Amino acid sequence: MLKICLREIQTYLRRPMFLFCLLVAPLVCVFFFTTLMWEGLPTDLPAAVVDEDDTQVSRTFIRTMDAMEQTDIVAHFHNFTDAREAMMRGEIYAIFHIPEGMTEDAVSGRQPHVALYTNETYFVPSALLMKDMRMAAEILGISITRESLAGRGLTNDRVMGIVQPIVIEKHALGNPYLNYSVYLCNIILPGILFLLTMLLTCYVIGEEWKMGRQRQTYQMMGYSQTSVLIAKTLPITVIYSLIILFIDVWLYKYLEFPCKSGLLPMLVYGVMGVMASQGLAIFVFGLFLGQMRFSMSICSLWGVLSFSLSGFTFPVSAMHPVLQYACNLFPLRHYYLIYCNQALNGYSIAYVWVHVVALLCFMLLPFVVMKRYRKGFLLIKYKP
Amino acid sequence: MRNILHIWYEEFKLLIHSEGLVIFALIVPFIYPVLYAFVYNNETAREVPMAVVDECHSSDSREFCRLVDATAEVSILYYTDLAQAQELMRREEVYAVMRIPSDFSKSLYRGDQTYIGLYSDMRCMLYYKAALLAASNVSLKMNGDIKIERHLHGSTDRQEEILRMPVTNSYVPLYNPQGGFASFLIPAVMMLIIQQLLCLSLGTSIGTWRERNRGIGVPLDDQCFRNPLSVVVGKTLLYLPIFLLVAVYMYSAVTSWFDLPRLADYGTFLQFMLPYVLACIFMGLTASAMVFRSEDAMLLFVFMSVPLLFISGMSWPVAAVPDFWRYVSYLFPSTFGMHGYARLQGMGAGMSEVTFEYQGLWIQCAIYFLTSCLIYRREIKKINIHK
Repeated sequence: MLKICLREIQTYLRRPMFLFCLLVAPLVCVFFFTTLMWEGLPTDLPAAVVDEDDTQVSRTFIRTMDAMEQTDIVAHFHNFTDAREAMMRGEIYAIFHIPEGMTEDAVSGRQPHVALYTNETYFVPSALLMKDMRMAAEILGISITRESLAGRGLTNDRVMGIVQPIVIEKHALGNPYLNYSVYLCNIILPGILFLLTMLLTCYVIGEEWKMGRQRQTYQMMGYSQTSVLIAKTLPITVIYSLIILFIDVWLYKYLEFPCKSGLLPMLVYGVMGVMASQGLAIFVFGLFLGQMRFSMSICSLWGVLSFSLSGFTFPVSAMHPVLQYACNLFPLRHYYLIYCNQALNGYSIAYVWVHVVALLCFMLLPFVVMKRYRKGFLLIKYKP
Repeated sequence: MRNILHIWYEEFKLLIHSEGLVIFALIVPFIYPVLYAFVYNNETAREVPMAVVDECHSSDSREFCRLVDATAEVSILYYTDLAQAQELMRREEVYAVMRIPSDFSKSLYRGDQTYIGLYSDMRCMLYYKAALLAASNVSLKMNGDIKIERHLHGSTDRQEEILRMPVTNSYVPLYNPQGGFASFLIPAVMMLIIQQLLCLSLGTSIGTWRERNRGIGVPLDDQCFRNPLSVVVGKTLLYLPIFLLVAVYMYSAVTSWFDLPRLADYGTFLQFMLPYVLACIFMGLTASAMVFRSEDAMLLFVFMSVPLLFISGMSWPVAAVPDFWRYVSYLFPSTFGMHGYARLQGMGAGMSEVTFEYQGLWIQCAIYFLTSCLIYRREIKKINIHK
């Protein structure tokens, strides 16, 4: 077995493509995603105002809005059409429209109307700007009432009790700053690694058939399918486990992402995820023995879909009922739920034991097709 | 010209006879968009399960809960105590907990501010957004009512309304009024699919040639494959119509099956798609220089989809993409393609609003056309050395 392992490692060293997929690609992805979302929560998103009122009140209001964390007023337009065109060109994500006579109407109690428009083609920035701008619009109303109440001689506490009696205190558990990097990198990075694991596993096993030496290797290992498969896939397991270690140390120790469970459990589940992906890949190849390209296509499909079906961006509960069951067929889904339970929330693993078992089942999947592999090694040839 | 036709025919034969290529070029482009649209078709998270810890037990607190429950975003499943609510969170039966303090009603009558705690699981931003939106909308409404009914009585209905809201505001989500996930993600994914599948197809194709011809990307004994220009043009002429057809299919069928907007006319759409597909083909031809065996293409290109989606600035806003990565993103046609297509399809933009993207794509076409010619020139030179 050692001989086959060594032969594998020699192949890795000889072909730059392996170096790329085993080390360069995962490490570049780690670097890319964490630097891309370095800010955590996007700030200073470009927005515009159409100020037809142009009074001291409206200008103060615009300055207030500009000072908000996520809003950056980059343009002032004199009419709405210009602003809308700028939005279509993708220069701004939102428009705040203050109509003519706003101040006058507000002071004389004629209830003016301000409007905010967001470009919902871009989901994240428009949601963030909407939050800021709604708050600004509320503050505008509140501040006008507050002025008139303060004029009656009420203290600030009393005034706030009248204008805003109920306050919502939000507690974002586990990720208090709404850090998108914490939210996304924790799943995207393992997801990419699991995808690469599945592809590479199929690739190295398929190579035996491609080179036409499957029978010879089988003979070398004393006609034991299990040993051949272990020898072929173990080097990947080891290298990717080290990558998982790197990811975990990078995220939880260096970037200090929340990890309430401690590093070790996440490491264990990460490695389990890699092995589960390998199990799935061996299973898929076992179904389509010799058809390396076809089984790799299936693995690509699986790996890419797992980003959607794991439900970390769009919740599974909002998907079609069929998909709510189908999502269990993806190792990343189980890893995601374990991650939420362990690192993000720090609960007991007992609550997600089902998902740990699911990962174990993925690891054991190859045994389902072990008999087929025997036939494969002896009889089936490479099909392009 | 005859050489080009011959190369076209050879590529076509390769495409038809290779199972992998048929999958990438003919089957996947038609299935994938449908699959994605199916996943995101419900657009947004509604009725997020929530538990309420009502320590006040007054008619005010019950009214607040009723109003929250009535929103589309949230559904209150349990009224319970704090310990039980925590347990429900751990068991993933609820994703948010709302805690109403015991002095809620008292504070309101006293004219003090009172604080409602909203605790949300951060596993998914949409849960947080839904819970927060529901609670803050209800608090705004109740605040307005309390202000009028308990503190500042107006003498007429109209005056009360003005007191409630001295300045009214409205929020207009443009181009995607339901704030849906499908309408935002599907256009981007469709463009990405075109680019990735072209890279995969072209990579697999050159990989197959290299396997057959001792590491050289063109047939050794075929005299027609001697001019890099005709090789590039011949391959382009095969893939351009296929993928333009794929684009039209996405634009017409997928959008209408899943009720996505389709605002640009076909002329504008095709005018934009032409440089996009061309740029993807030329980039694919250039990138495929790294592919030495037909299966390598999948290892190299598939995982790139995820970083490409993020670098483009479709999901993570462009304004927050660091300058370095923004310049890197200009290397890929998908960046321009996604932005341009999203605006044409979903925002009713015309060519004048996508000029930047349109020009960017033609520049990419020119550069990648040159690089792909150079790559094939090198391949063809290798034949001579070989001989």
